[in-house]
Amino acid sequence: MDLAHALEGLEFPLGGEVLVASEGFEDAAVVRVNSELALVATLDFVTPVVDDPFVFGEIAAANALSDVYAMGGRPWFAMNILCIPCRLPVEYMRKILEGGISKVREAGAYLVGGHTVDDPEPKYGLCVVGRVRPEKILRNKVPRSSCRVFLTKPVGTGIVVTAIKADMASDKAINEAVEVMRTLNREAAERMVQVGAVAATDVTGFGLLGHAMEMVAETGFDMVLEAGKVPIVEEALDYASFGLIPAGAYENMKYCEGKVFFEKDIGDLKMVLFDPQTSGGLLVVVPEEKAEDYPYPEIGKIVSGEGRVVVR
Amino acid sequence: MVVDARGYPCPKPVLMTKEALEKVEEGVVEVLVDNEASKENVKRFVQRQGCDVEVREEKGYFRLIITKGYTCELPAASSPEVGKGKVILFLSDSMGEERELGTMLLRAFLSTLKEASSLPSKLLFVNRGVFLTTEGSKVIDVLKELEERGVEIYSCGTCLEYFGLKDKLLVGKITNMYDTVENLLQSDSVVRI
Repeated sequence: MDLAHALEGLEFPLGGEVLVASEGFEDAAVVRVNSELALVATLDFVTPVVDDPFVFGEIAAANALSDVYAMGGRPWFAMNILCIPCRLPVEYMRKILEGGISKVREAGAYLVGGHTVDDPEPKYGLCVVGRVRPEKILRNKVPRSSCRVFLTKPVGTGIVVTAIKADMASDKAINEAVEVMRTLNREAAERMVQVGAVAATDVTGFGLLGHAMEMVAETGFDMVLEAGKVPIVEEALDYASFGLIPAGAYENMKYCEGKVFFEKDIGDLKMVLFDPQTSGGLLVVVPEEKAEDYPYPEIGKIVSGEGRVVVR
Repeated sequence: MVVDARGYPCPKPVLMTKEALEKVEEGVVEVLVDNEASKENVKRFVQRQGCDVEVREEKGYFRLIITKGYTCELPAASSPEVGKGKVILFLSDSMGEERELGTMLLRAFLSTLKEASSLPSKLLFVNRGVFLTTEGSKVIDVLKELEERGVEIYSCGTCLEYFGLKDKLLVGKITNMYDTVENLLQSDSVVRI
């Protein structure tokens, strides 16, 4: 990856209070304030995935807030990042911001400012600061076996977005994908903290299997996933068979080579599991004895192993 | 016709292919793409449309040679009869070792089979062959057509169970090892795929 090359050898200034920084595949940075409080900070912005500016604002905001949730934190305040071509009507810009505001409000956080840049391709997102108790930080590396794995939202939205760009998506598929992407991970995160989850991440650009792989990479555990139990946006399978698959899905498949294994041929579903998501759900690892108390689709388990993902 | 889709991001090459195929009734369309994702996507798209596709890797790009139509109908008078004793045994979902090519060949084999002058009496699907008779298979329609025309289709029960496909059978019946042995011994000849 080019970014990895660009970062190679660069030394970031860090100190003892920095609990989580850019090493590994963590979702957000965490800095300790005192024994009871740490701040979770993240920044995320995306290009439009849908035409409607309000809905785009909602999705971009839900996507940015999600990184705080994935660390077990609660969003505290946020700032807008907006790149927009000057030629677009003011109303368009306003709708995006209204969409963002509605999600920040729903998250119970404050929106305290932002920054705008003139740019030929629109982009919107948030910088979010959240709060977490230092001992409650949820990292994404799986620390133990005898756990169950949960996925809190269906996957396949990247394929639907590609079908939207091709003008081949049905209204039903668009509505379902939009609903998935604009939904906050708030409740899923609160429940996972209550139930005592031991690891979590949110499913975004690397797709379900890419993020699953990162959770077990270089650990002594395997994640065994049941392909048939993974919730998906139904139409995504059909669109995948039509070749409406984002290039990122193929890159993810390549990225996971030698680390993700398939016990049988699952056909086009394979590409749905590699599909990059915007504002995807949380992938949550819960100890077996508490698994019953987490009310989201269970898709697999953690067993002793060698850092692989096995799909059956 | 040659469609140059090099330099376009997904899903544009698929749309350009779609447009080109809509213009021809029967014939060959060549599509040029310059990345793996577009190659795979165009391939998926045309296969889904029932076209044959051959992929050639050239210098820095791929050439997809897509054939639309050309299914030769036999005159109704010489309609093929179900052969008395020929059994075709499918031990894999691929024809030969090279899987990508093998899957394509097998599909072509089955669609050609239904045009053949004499149909086999039975098709037996064993080991990975059962992926052809179950959910996710791209040849269900052809197999159903053959079944309607009197060809008996059997999938190995142990194999279905092994792959977790028992409730996903879409065509034909489930068979056991006893029947498989009987079928093989009683046939005039067995063709192994």
